[in-house]
Amino acid sequence: MRRRRLVEFNLLTGVVLGIVGFYVGWWLGHLVKAPSLDYFDDTGQNDIALFVAYFTGVVGFLVGLGFANYPVQRMLGKPPSLREKETEGIGRYFGLCTDHKVVGIQYLIGIGAFIFIGGLNAMLIRFELLRPTHLAWNGNNYLTLVGLHGTMMMGMMTSGILGPFANYFVPLMIGARRMAFPRIEALTFWLLMAAGTILMTALAFGGFPTGWTGYAPLSVQANMGMDAYIAFFALVGLSMTLLGLNMLATVITMRAPGLAWGRLPIFVWGTVSTSVLMLLAAPVLISTLFMLALDRTAQTGFFNDQAGGSPYLYENLFWIFGHPEVYILALPGMGIVLELLPVFSRKPLWGYRLAVTGLLGITLLSFLVWQHHLFVSGINADLRPFYMLSTELISLPTGFIFVCALGTLWAGRIRLTVPMLFALAWVFNFLIGGLSGVFLSDVPSDVTTHGSFFSMAHFHYTIMGGLVFAFFGAVYYWLPKMTGFELDERLGKLHFWVMFLAFNSTFGPLLVIGFLGMPRRVVTYAGYLQGANEWVSVSAFVLGASMLVFVANLVWSQVFARVPAGANPWGSKSIEFQLPSPVPVHDFDRIPTFGPDPYPYGGIEEAGFDGTRPAVSPARPTP
Amino acid sequence: MWSRRGHGWRIAALTTIGTAIVLPLVVFVLGPNMPPGKGTPVATSQVTDNTVLLVVMTPFTVFILVYLGYALTAFRAKPGEEGLDGAPLRGHFRSQVAWLASTTAAVLFLAIFGTTELLADNGAGGGAGPNPVTKPGGAPLPVQVIGQQWEFTYRYPTYGGVETATLVLPVGRKIAFHVTSLDAIHSFWAYELGVKADANPGVDNIAYVETKKISTFHVRCAELCGLWHGYMSDTGHVVSDADFASWIAARKRQFAPVMKYLPKYSSSYNPDPTFRAG
Ligand code: HEM
Ligand SMILES: [Cu+2]
Ligand SMILES: [Cu+2]
Repeated sequence: MRRRRLVEFNLLTGVVLGIVGFYVGWWLGHLVKAPSLDYFDDTGQNDIALFVAYFTGVVGFLVGLGFANYPVQRMLGKPPSLREKETEGIGRYFGLCTDHKVVGIQYLIGIGAFIFIGGLNAMLIRFELLRPTHLAWNGNNYLTLVGLHGTMMMGMMTSGILGPFANYFVPLMIGARRMAFPRIEALTFWLLMAAGTILMTALAFGGFPTGWTGYAPLSVQANMGMDAYIAFFALVGLSMTLLGLNMLATVITMRAPGLAWGRLPIFVWGTVSTSVLMLLAAPVLISTLFMLALDRTAQTGFFNDQAGGSPYLYENLFWIFGHPEVYILALPGMGIVLELLPVFSRKPLWGYRLAVTGLLGITLLSFLVWQHHLFVSGINADLRPFYMLSTELISLPTGFIFVCALGTLWAGRIRLTVPMLFALAWVFNFLIGGLSGVFLSDVPSDVTTHGSFFSMAHFHYTIMGGLVFAFFGAVYYWLPKMTGFELDERLGKLHFWVMFLAFNSTFGPLLVIGFLGMPRRVVTYAGYLQGANEWVSVSAFVLGASMLVFVANLVWSQVFARVPAGANPWGSKSIEFQLPSPVPVHDFDRIPTFGPDPYPYGGIEEAGFDGTRPAVSPARPTP
Repeated sequence: MWSRRGHGWRIAALTTIGTAIVLPLVVFVLGPNMPPGKGTPVATSQVTDNTVLLVVMTPFTVFILVYLGYALTAFRAKPGEEGLDGAPLRGHFRSQVAWLASTTAAVLFLAIFGTTELLADNGAGGGAGPNPVTKPGGAPLPVQVIGQQWEFTYRYPTYGGVETATLVLPVGRKIAFHVTSLDAIHSFWAYELGVKADANPGVDNIAYVETKKISTFHVRCAELCGLWHGYMSDTGHVVSDADFASWIAARKRQFAPVMKYLPKYSSSYNPDPTFRAG
């Protein structure tokens, strides 16, 4: 039995201590004085105070949530509980909980809320672009909106699939019952929530003008809102590093007996490759932002060409992180799509090994291409052929993913359920994303497309058309498993079709607008582009409205209709669908045994299979 | 049910027909309209380049779309089949090899082609750093582009280093843009010329182009540089030799009184770093 404490550690205490911590830090920071910091008083812009305040605020928040309890009790020699809040009841969602399924749902709601805010920003951006001249926002507010939108999306979506779905399902898929480091798992989530809140505070400090890339020296000049960007992204980086580490440790060490690497569902491979990228790339981001923070506070000159530094250094470091980052956004989507296609084609995954090679090939190559973002910057101009080649080489492993997706459809019995529609839309959207990427990878062509709306449309095709569509596929596929209640199919199809058509009608024309010479991140544009921009804006509003259909579906089906989903609504042979919905707190009664094939669809005789492998046993936990 | 072989042949046939229809459209209709137009030799070869990329992509795109369309019609579960599984195929070596071979060939071709274009065109209009690997013959007219918050100014070192707020170029001349910045990073984008080069403080980023016809062109800043970035655009002019000579002579006269306040022409400048702007 748990004793009731006078003060329970939960979200409320976290928020209270967070706010207290913020003000304590703010006050402490103002005590720092030095001659080179005189301008703080002149401008009222004390960056040191703000950084210290963010730091102490986050620490207070985490302490309030109860993250200090375990280490403190260990130091005091008391044996602390290994599990926290692993019970039934709604309270466990509002605090530090070490149940991987609770963390998954926390992620889904928490990240979903911030992505919703990011989407609202996009609507405000598109509103301004209804007119070629100034309409609603001045230059500073427009740039802040672009920066908030881009940064929020890039920061939150990195964990958009791993956070909710890998945390929830990878331990089930490998028969593990929990993650390797459950407290770190919870920490990654709460760090993100703190980060998102901090980014919103940029609005209170004048916003920031740099977009999501934060290029120096602009970011060194910028006012205090920039500090919010730095703190946000550094916390996201920390969360990513820990998430990647935790996932890798879990998959490497905690697979059930007999679950060899070649038997893992492809989604687990998607998670593993993403985690490798997170673990190796995110620390670069943290260090880069640390240098930027020092340039802004201690007046170092890392990125100042007159103090021995260089703006190129920032660009290089940022993209050494940034390009792997875009694959951190792409790989989980691939994992989801290849996981869904077999279920709804009722076939094994076609070319399992090829798909794994593809995922790992992308992982490796994505570290070798970063200067394709700097083709016209003048740095290492003689290396451009190399970066052109390495970038184009990535289309080979990406092609593997495509051919495996297509092959899985071959001679299947395809059911166009809502998750399947989203998975198929991924194939279409990512195709366009990849094709537009060919222009950007080709230096002569990039001279026009670099920094234009073309490149903006390109990465929305890969991230929104790729990752976000895969995300919704995963939501429709797995949410009934997570909550026990079905999502409405008719509303789901409505959501899909509106979103798919509006998405293409938004970003397809943007490719053309970019070709016609409209740069990114501009609040005014040439008059002859107004018609096209109006079309795009209206489409974007429809796209935004499709999200409301989803929210309506969510609320209606999960709060009001509450149709029980049953254990296996899709007839999936994946292990999580052999468990009750929602999955019980202790996951399995006994660790399940796994067959040699994660996708045992179809009889083995019919296959003309060479028969060297043992007969397929359905992946089903022995009761 | 149709044999699986039949499916393969039908998809191959549809792909071939589709490609045969789309390719001419790409080459003759889409290609000539590709950006950035044929304002200069460099821009023209960018148009060619874009067309070649489209041509290489076409068969792959047509194949994938045909395949998707075909699979979604032919392999749909018929009513009553919902509970049944499809054929348990786990791969097909020959088609995997064929896919790998064709995509590899396309990628290698693109990389080699892009590299030749880049070198043949002396950087293809892109900023090639302070020491470009290939340079055009003859003596190109040097024009310095200075990005600053929030405008571009232009200096003509061969005309006494005079600095102007508009960009005027003589027709039929090779030009060497020397792009640099006084503050944040900007990017000098002359759309119709097919030129884009980042302006970095302390860096002399060189881009070559040859003007072809008397025309005007758009100049925009293509790298986010702060508050008024969205307004950092102007119009450049390519004019006849005689017009250029009289224009630059007029500018020299006009700015003679202030020349002594300008810093001496140099490949980059040292502005005061201790300022803070929005
Ligand atoms: C409702 C759907 C969306 C719409 C209508 C939309 C619209 C836009 C627009 C118009 C811009 C460019 C603003 C400018 O350059 O002036 C932009 C930038 C951006 N968007 Fe989105 N977006 C959407 C969803 C997303 C998603 C889901 C992501 C990523 C997960 C994303 C990531 C970004 C990024 C990284 C930028 C670049 C910001 C920068 O320039 O620094 N967007 N978006
Ligand atoms: Cu990249
Ligand atoms: Cu600029």
